[in-house]
Amino acid sequence: MYSAFNGLIVGIFYALMALGLSLILGLNGVINFAHGTFMALGGYLAFTIEPYVGFWGSLILAPFGAVVLGLLVERILIRPLYGRDPLFSLLLTFGLAMIMEDLIRTIWGSVGQPFALPNYLNTPLSASLFFLTGYRLVLIAITILVTGALFAVLRYTRIGIRIRAGNADLETISAMGVNIFFLRAANFGIGIFLAGLAGILAAGQLGLSPSIGSSLIMPSFVAIIVGGVGSLIGSVLGGLIIGIASGITAAFFPVAQEVVIYVIMAVVLVLRPRGLLGQEGLFE
Amino acid sequence: MSASIETKPAAAQGSARMLVAAGIWVLLLLVPLWLPALGGYTDLATRALIYAIAASGLNLVLGYTGGLSFGHAAYFGLGAYGAGLCLIYIAPSLPLAILAGTVLGGIAGILVGPMAMKRKGIYFAMITIAFGQMFYFIAVRWNALTGGEDGLTGFSRVPLHLGGHAIHMGPVRFYYLVLALFAVVMLVLWQILRSPLGHSFVAVRENTTRLRFLGVAVDKQIWVAFAISTFITALAGALNALLTGFASPDNLGWQLSGSFVVICVLGGMRSYWGPFLGAIIFIVAQDYLSSVTQNWMSFIGLIFVLAVLFFPQGLLGFIKGRARS
Repeated sequence: MYSAFNGLIVGIFYALMALGLSLILGLNGVINFAHGTFMALGGYLAFTIEPYVGFWGSLILAPFGAVVLGLLVERILIRPLYGRDPLFSLLLTFGLAMIMEDLIRTIWGSVGQPFALPNYLNTPLSASLFFLTGYRLVLIAITILVTGALFAVLRYTRIGIRIRAGNADLETISAMGVNIFFLRAANFGIGIFLAGLAGILAAGQLGLSPSIGSSLIMPSFVAIIVGGVGSLIGSVLGGLIIGIASGITAAFFPVAQEVVIYVIMAVVLVLRPRGLLGQEGLFE
Repeated sequence: MSASIETKPAAAQGSARMLVAAGIWVLLLLVPLWLPALGGYTDLATRALIYAIAASGLNLVLGYTGGLSFGHAAYFGLGAYGAGLCLIYIAPSLPLAILAGTVLGGIAGILVGPMAMKRKGIYFAMITIAFGQMFYFIAVRWNALTGGEDGLTGFSRVPLHLGGHAIHMGPVRFYYLVLALFAVVMLVLWQILRSPLGHSFVAVRENTTRLRFLGVAVDKQIWVAFAISTFITALAGALNALLTGFASPDNLGWQLSGSFVVICVLGGMRSYWGPFLGAIIFIVAQDYLSSVTQNWMSFIGLIFVLAVLFFPQGLLGFIKGRARS
């Protein structure tokens, strides 16, 4: 129970990351390998501004810092690559991830940093449920809120509907007069926002280190594949599943806690290649 | 780097091709003579050749079959661990170690291939990256066997026994061993690419649907290409373990996988000599950068970004394009 809950918390980070990656993958057609470093950046920005604006302030402001950089990257580096072989955008974000991780190491140091939480969030709620700190509840609540808001935006707002339509057929909505350059940039920004948010939440839970991003991005890939390519809910579900699986394995067979994630992926690929919620024939 | 200057006329005139190829081989044979004069050292050339083998193997999938494999360091690393474990636990034999590493990586490739191939395009890339991470974590976590984070140590290049003579493998002799294997790999690749099998690989890249209509089992072709490619990359990994005297988890890491891809892109993915050229550029740049700055990782990343933005066809593709116009 305890380990499953621990896994769920980590799974939340995977899910938030996978959700953003999945959004960018769908509309922008880019595997954003730098997603993890944007996440780390969110965490470090929060770490830097927290003394001035407090935990809640940094939680709101820091993701936007990451988004600003994300939009610059999208505009300058990624936009010229739309419509080219996906190899190139992947390679570019690969290089970007290396540069950003190195920069984070230079600016904030290569040693891990503790991220101070308000005291009232850090104490267990009760003695019998010692693993349930206020922070973990906040974390779950924020994730539900943000995920819910995202799905509401995608479902009901004009830009959300356009994003979904663009996923289905970008050319057609472009011909119908939608500014797809703006749409792709906005979509990229939303994805980075989720990464930045995940970074801050993860910083409070796991602490900060320059490689936090690259250690969380791989499981997020797996989450997308397990959950079903092209399905956003699937990505969230996949993230939670591998998080819980990894948490339980950590309790009983700790050496395999990372490997189990990839074993799950292999099993899913063999038994159900399209993933749990993926649509048949899509993206093949 | 003289090799890169030599290749220009080859791209321009097909007839000069043989001459240039001969020139490259002569330069490679004489490396221990001219490289120290330029301020290099023999192990640097050996490393460049090893990376050239690995990237040439990858390029069979990446450049010719069109599959975006971003996890080839896994097979490189398995080759390294295979060679090291063989030397430590099985027998102190150089050929056996190389064979063991190659087979270990190749078998992993044969097993992973069909699973990765369930998806195409960018999803294939994601799955190959993820499988690479799997092997990385196995190496890091299986402490007793692999030495965990510190890597596998405790083996060295043993002498090669030929007809009763023990040949000690100094840097220069090892260079020639690697060069000989590089030549074998290039020859095998040349034969494959000229054969109907090789043509079918290119056909997979160019028009999968049509190939399928023609009754070709496309998935099997991709699998074969992937398997051959992982064997070659694993061979490079085994040689790398013998060069450095240890196998580290970094040999399996995503950064190395990305480096192999960028080597192919730098040199030219559509070219037979592209990965070789890319490997020379990459290794020389890496060696230089890591000696002058601590932030060499940023600069390697910068090479990725610049290669994508300004050199998508690679150096050879660029030269060929110029020659044609």
